[in-house]
Amino acid sequence: MSEQLSAWQLILSGDPALFAIVRLSLAVSLSAVALATLIGMPLGALLGLTGFPGRPVLVVLLNALMGLPPVVVGLAVYLLLSRSGPLGSFGILFTPLAMVIAQTILIVPIIAAPTRQTVEDLWVEYRDELTAMDVGPVGRMTTLLWDARFSLLTAVLAGFGRAAAEVGAVMIVGGNIDGFTRTMTTAVALETSKGNLPLALGLGLILVAIVLAINAAAWGTRAWSERQAG
Amino acid sequence: MALRFSSFVPAVLIGILAASAAQDRSIVVASTTSTQDSGLFGYLLPIFKARTGIEVKVIAQGTGQALDTGRRGDADVVLVHARAQEEKFLAEGFGVKRLDVMYNDFVLVGPRSDPAGIKDKDIETALRMIAAKAAPFVSRGDRSGTHAAELELWKRAGIDISASKGSWYREIGQGMGAALNTASAMNGYVLSDRGTWISFSNRGDLAILVEGDKQLFNQYGVMLVNPARFASVKQELGQAFVDWLVSSEGQAAIAGYRIDGQQLFFPDAKRKGS
Amino acid sequence: MRAPASDLPLVLDEVSLRAGSTAILDRLSLTIAPGAPTLIVGPNGAGKTSLLRLCMGLEPPSSGRVSWGGRTDRAMTRRAILFQRPVMLRRTAAANVAYALAQAGTPRQLRAARVETLLEQVGLSELAQRPARRLSGGEQQRLALARALARDPEILLLDEPTANLDPAATRGVEEIVLSAAGSGIKIVMASHDLGQVRRLAGEVIFLVRGALCEQGPAQAFLDSPATAEAAAFLRGDLVI
Repeated sequence: MSEQLSAWQLILSGDPALFAIVRLSLAVSLSAVALATLIGMPLGALLGLTGFPGRPVLVVLLNALMGLPPVVVGLAVYLLLSRSGPLGSFGILFTPLAMVIAQTILIVPIIAAPTRQTVEDLWVEYRDELTAMDVGPVGRMTTLLWDARFSLLTAVLAGFGRAAAEVGAVMIVGGNIDGFTRTMTTAVALETSKGNLPLALGLGLILVAIVLAINAAAWGTRAWSERQAG
Repeated sequence: MALRFSSFVPAVLIGILAASAAQDRSIVVASTTSTQDSGLFGYLLPIFKARTGIEVKVIAQGTGQALDTGRRGDADVVLVHARAQEEKFLAEGFGVKRLDVMYNDFVLVGPRSDPAGIKDKDIETALRMIAAKAAPFVSRGDRSGTHAAELELWKRAGIDISASKGSWYREIGQGMGAALNTASAMNGYVLSDRGTWISFSNRGDLAILVEGDKQLFNQYGVMLVNPARFASVKQELGQAFVDWLVSSEGQAAIAGYRIDGQQLFFPDAKRKGS
Repeated sequence: MRAPASDLPLVLDEVSLRAGSTAILDRLSLTIAPGAPTLIVGPNGAGKTSLLRLCMGLEPPSSGRVSWGGRTDRAMTRRAILFQRPVMLRRTAAANVAYALAQAGTPRQLRAARVETLLEQVGLSELAQRPARRLSGGEQQRLALARALARDPEILLLDEPTANLDPAATRGVEEIVLSAAGSGIKIVMASHDLGQVRRLAGEVIFLVRGALCEQGPAQAFLDSPATAEAAAFLRGDLVI
C-alpha cells in the first residue's frame, strides 16, 4: 500500500490493497463470530439448563475466559499449528484459517457466558410452561435460545467487536503477510511501526467506521424483527 | 434465516480453505522487520513472482525470532542479518547453506540538538560519550540482527552494557519502526539500519549523527531451511528463491530499490558457501 | 395417534406436599372422575395451585400417591394445564399454537389446519399473525387455552384463569371452557369467584389449609354446605 497517500485517498481511489485488507478482516472476524456462535450458544444454553457437581466452577471459569488475552490465545494456537507442533502437518499456520481458529477460540466465551446467564434467567420464567408442554431437553435449549434472540444478539455483537478489534492473535498466527494475512488491525500496527502515523490513524478510523456500520445494521435488524415478533 | 446463516459459514470457510490451498506455488520466508519496513520486499517480490510464478509470503520478525521460526519448520527460507546467529543455525543443522545476499549499514540517529555531542565521531567514541552523559538511548532488545549489532558495538566500545545500563538505556523489545517512534518521542539516540531510517516518516527531531564507520556494516545472509529436518519444507521453490536472490538478476533488482533516489541495499553475493 | 390410555380417574391417596417444614397439602385423598367440570375453591393459601400442579404431574408429592387411570408414571400426554399468568413465546399467536401442536406430536402436514381450527375455537382467528406478547390479558389467556387444547387433552387443568381479567374477557374464557367440557374434556379448575363456580361447576372441591374440607355436587355445596368452614367461606368470612 502506498505509504504517502492518506487513508482517504486510498478509499476514494479504490486502492485494491486496502479493499483486500478490509475484505480479509471482515471475512476472518465474521467467520469467527459465526463459528463461535454455533459452538458457544448451545454450550451456554446447556450450562444454563443443567445442574451437576462442579457447575459453579465451570460458570466462573467461563466468565473468566471472556477476558482471555488475544496474544495468549495467539501464542497457544501458534504452538499447536506450528510444523513442530501436534497439528503441524495440516499446514494451517500463517493462513486466514489459522486466524479464524484463533479468533473463534477467543470469542466463544464472550458468546457462551452471556448466553448461559440469559438462558438461566429465562428458564425460571419458562420452566412451568415448557414442562407442561412436555418439551424435551433439546427442545428447551432451542426454544429458550430462540426466544432470547434479541438479548443474545448483544453477546454476538460483543464477540464480533472483540474479534474485529484484536491484533495480538491474528498477528502471531497469521504473520501479517502482505496480500495474504494482513488485516486492518495488523496493517495499523505495521504502518505505526513504519512511522506512517497519519495513515495508521486513517486505517484505524476506517475500521471503527466499519464496525459501527455493522452494529447499526444489526440493531436495525433487531428493531425491525422485534416489531414483527414482539 | 437460520438456513441462510448456516450456509454462509461453510461457504466462507471453504473460500478461506481454497485460498489457503491455492497458495501451493508459494513459500514462506522468515525475514526481519528491517527488510520489510524499508519496503524492499514490496519491491522485490513482484519481480520474482513475475519471473517464476512463485508467491513469497514474508513473515517479518526480529532475526532471533525469524531463525526460531526456521527451527520450528514454519518457514522454508530465512533471510536475516546476524552472522553469528546464522552460523549457529547452520551448525545446529537447521539450514542447508548460508549465502551472502546484500549489505546495508547502520546509522546512529539522535536529536538534532545532540546533547551528548557525538556528531561525526566514530561509533565507539560516540557510544562511550552517550553512556558517559547517560543520554536517553533506545535499544531494540529483541534478539534482532540490529540488536545483536548494537550489543557488539557496546562491547567494542569497551562498555559492559548489561552492567552499566541505567534508566537512560531503554529496551523496548520491538522492531525498528517502534524503536524509531520511541526515540522520536523521547528525543533519544537509537541505532538503526539505513533502509528503515530512510523510509521512516515520523522522524520528529531526529537526524543521522554518526555514519560511515566501517563497524556499522550490516551483512544479510539467506539460508534454505533444511528439508532433511522438516519434510514440509518446499525445497524446490525455496531453492529457486535463494538462487534468484544471488543471481545477477536478483542482485540487480536489489540494487535497483531506491527511496528518494537513495539506494538502500548493496548486493554482494559471492556464491560462497559455509 | 397413539392409543391413549385414560388418565381418569385421577386419584390422590394420602398426598402431602411439604416445603421445608410447612405442609402445603396435608394427607389429601380425593378422586377426580370423568364428567362435569370440577371446581376447586378455598381461601388463598389453601393449596389450590399446588393441588393442580400435582394433578398435572409437574412435581411429585412429598408423600402419598398420585395416579392417573391407575398408573403412577407421570407422562403427561393426555393432560394440559393453564397457569394463572401464561408465558407467551416470543412469536406470533399462530406460531405459539403450532409450537404446542409440535410438542404434542401432531404431524407437520396437519398442523396448519389445526392451528386455524384452534384459533377459531378460542376466537383469535383475526389475531393469528399478531405477536403473542402484544395481545391483551384476556387474549393471551385464550391463546394459552388454544395451546392447552392443542394437546388434545383428556383433562384440562386451569389455575384461576380469569383472576386478572375483566368481565367481558372472563366471559370469553368461560365460554371456551364450557364448550371444551361439552366436547368431553374433563375440566378441573381453581377459582376464587363464587359466581364462576355457580356458572361452571358440576362438582366442587373445597380446600382449607391444604386439607380436603368438602367435596360434592356444586348445587349442594353452594346451597347447603356441610361444614362450618364452607358456610363461613360462602358467607364471605375469612376462613383462617
